[in-house]
Amino acid sequence: MQAVKNLQSVQMRPRKPAFRRAWLSWIGIVSVIALWQIVVWLRVYPEFIIPPPISVVERFWEALADGTLWLHTSTTVSQMLAGLLFGVVSAVILGTLIGKSRALEALLSPLIVAVQSTPVVAYAPLLVIWFGSGPTSKIVTSALIVFFPMLLNTMIGIRSVPVMMHDLMRSLHATRWQTFRMVEVPYALPVLLGGLKVSATLAVIGAVVGEFVMADAGLGRLINQARFSFDTPLVLVAVITLAAIARFMYGMISVLERRLLFWQRRQ
Amino acid sequence: MSAEIAARNLTVSYQAVDGRGLHALGPINFTIQPGEFVSFVGPSGSGKSTLIRVVAGLVNPTEGGVWLDETPVTAPSPRVALMFQEANLLPWRTVTDNIALPLELAGVAKKERTAAALALLPRLGLDCPTSYPAELSGGMAQRVALGRVLIQKPDVLLLDEPFGALDALTRERLSQDLIHMWEHDRQTVMMVTHDIHEAVMLSDRIIVLSRRPGQVIADIRVSIPRPRAQEDAYSTAFGDIALLVRSAIERA
Repeated sequence: MQAVKNLQSVQMRPRKPAFRRAWLSWIGIVSVIALWQIVVWLRVYPEFIIPPPISVVERFWEALADGTLWLHTSTTVSQMLAGLLFGVVSAVILGTLIGKSRALEALLSPLIVAVQSTPVVAYAPLLVIWFGSGPTSKIVTSALIVFFPMLLNTMIGIRSVPVMMHDLMRSLHATRWQTFRMVEVPYALPVLLGGLKVSATLAVIGAVVGEFVMADAGLGRLINQARFSFDTPLVLVAVITLAAIARFMYGMISVLERRLLFWQRRQ
Repeated sequence: MSAEIAARNLTVSYQAVDGRGLHALGPINFTIQPGEFVSFVGPSGSGKSTLIRVVAGLVNPTEGGVWLDETPVTAPSPRVALMFQEANLLPWRTVTDNIALPLELAGVAKKERTAAALALLPRLGLDCPTSYPAELSGGMAQRVALGRVLIQKPDVLLLDEPFGALDALTRERLSQDLIHMWEHDRQTVMMVTHDIHEAVMLSDRIIVLSRRPGQVIADIRVSIPRPRAQEDAYSTAFGDIALLVRSAIERA
C-alpha cells in the first residue's frame, strides 16, 4: 500500500514543461562528454586507457559497418528479451499465488531469498555448465535476476487491495475471477510496472553476466574480446550500447506506464 | 420494496491473534420494520460495524443470527446494499462505470447498465459522467458510492458511517439528499454513525449500543414528523431526544 502511495505522489507532482526537462537531461550528457574530452586533453591517462570521444565514435561506425556491433547487440537483446519474458511471466504467476496464500509464502520464501541474496556472478558459471555456452544459459541467468524483484512487486501489488474493496466485491456477489480481473490486477498494476522497470534493466545485466562467463556472441563477449586486444574504444562502444539498450527499455516501460496508469495523473 | 430485519440472540466472537476469543458483539435482539430508518450509535469498539457486516452477510455470527423477512442471512444478499465511510471507488473507472459496477458484475449488457447509471446522475446531483475518482471531491465521490448502492435497487440499505469522512456542510447536504431519496423509495435503512445530531435528524429510531461486547442499552423513537427541516434541530423535541441519546451513550 505504501509503495502505491509513494508512486502516486511521484506521479502527481506538478510537472515542469517537458521541453525544459529534455533540455536539462541533454545538458547533463553533453557536460560528461566535455569533461571526458578535457581529461584526454590534459593527458592524465594514456590513450589506451581513456581514448578520446572521437575515436570511440569512429570505432562505433566501424563496428556498425562491418556488422560486428549488430551481431553482438542482436544476440544480447534477444537473450535479454527472452529472459525478461520468462522471468516476468513466471514471477507474476507465482507472485499472484504467493500473494494470496500465506502458507505458500512460508514454504517458498526462504528458498527465494537464498537464491536472490546470492550474487548472479556466483551462480552464472554454474548455469553455463548446466545449460551450455549457447543462448539458453544467458536466458536463464537473465530470467533468474528478473524473477525476484518482479515476484516481490507482484506480491505487494496483489496485497495492496484495500480490505474494504474486497468487502465491496463480496457484497456485490463478484466471482473470484471478476475480483481478480477488475480489482486485484488493476490495483497491482502500478507496483507491477515499477517492478518491470527495474527488471528490464536487470535483464540486460543478466544476459551480459552470462556472456562474460562464456559465449559465442553478445555484447558481454565483445567487451571481453576487445579488452584482451586493448581495443578500449570498442569496449566503450559496447558499454555505451548496453547503456542505450537499458535506457530504451526503461523508456518503453515508462510509456506503457503512462498509458495504463492514466487514472493516476488526473487531479 | 423493503424488508424486515430481525436480530435474535446475535453474538459475534473473533479469534484474536493470540488465540483467545474476543467477544465483540451481543447477545443482541432487535427488529426493524420494513421501511424504517434506524441509526446505531455507541462508543468506539461497540461492534457497530461488525453488526453491519453480519447483516451484510460478510461476517458469520457465532451464535444466534439475523433474519431478512424471516430468511436467515448466511451470505451477501442481492436485496441488501452496503455503503462505507470511504467511497471505495475504482480509480480507473469513470463515474458512470463505477455506478454501473454492480450491474456489470451481474452480467447486465453495457448499453443497459450505462443507461441505468446515467439515469441516476440527476438524482445524485452529479453532472460529471466521464470524470475519474481522482477528479472528484470527497462529497462527490460519496455521491457516486451512493449511486452504486441505488442502482442495485436494494430493499435494505446498510450505511456504515457514510458521511463520517466529510466536512460538516457537505455532510448535511448529502444526508438531506439521502433522506429525500429514501422518502421516495422507503427502503429499510440501518445506519451506523457517531453523530447524534445526524442520527436524530434522519432516523425513525435510534439504537444505542454499549461498550464491547456491544449490547442494546437504549432504543429511542424519534417522533419528529417528516419531512424534517434543518430548523427542526432547534426545536425542544429535537433537543430532548438528542439529550436522551447522549446520556445513554455516556452510560454505555
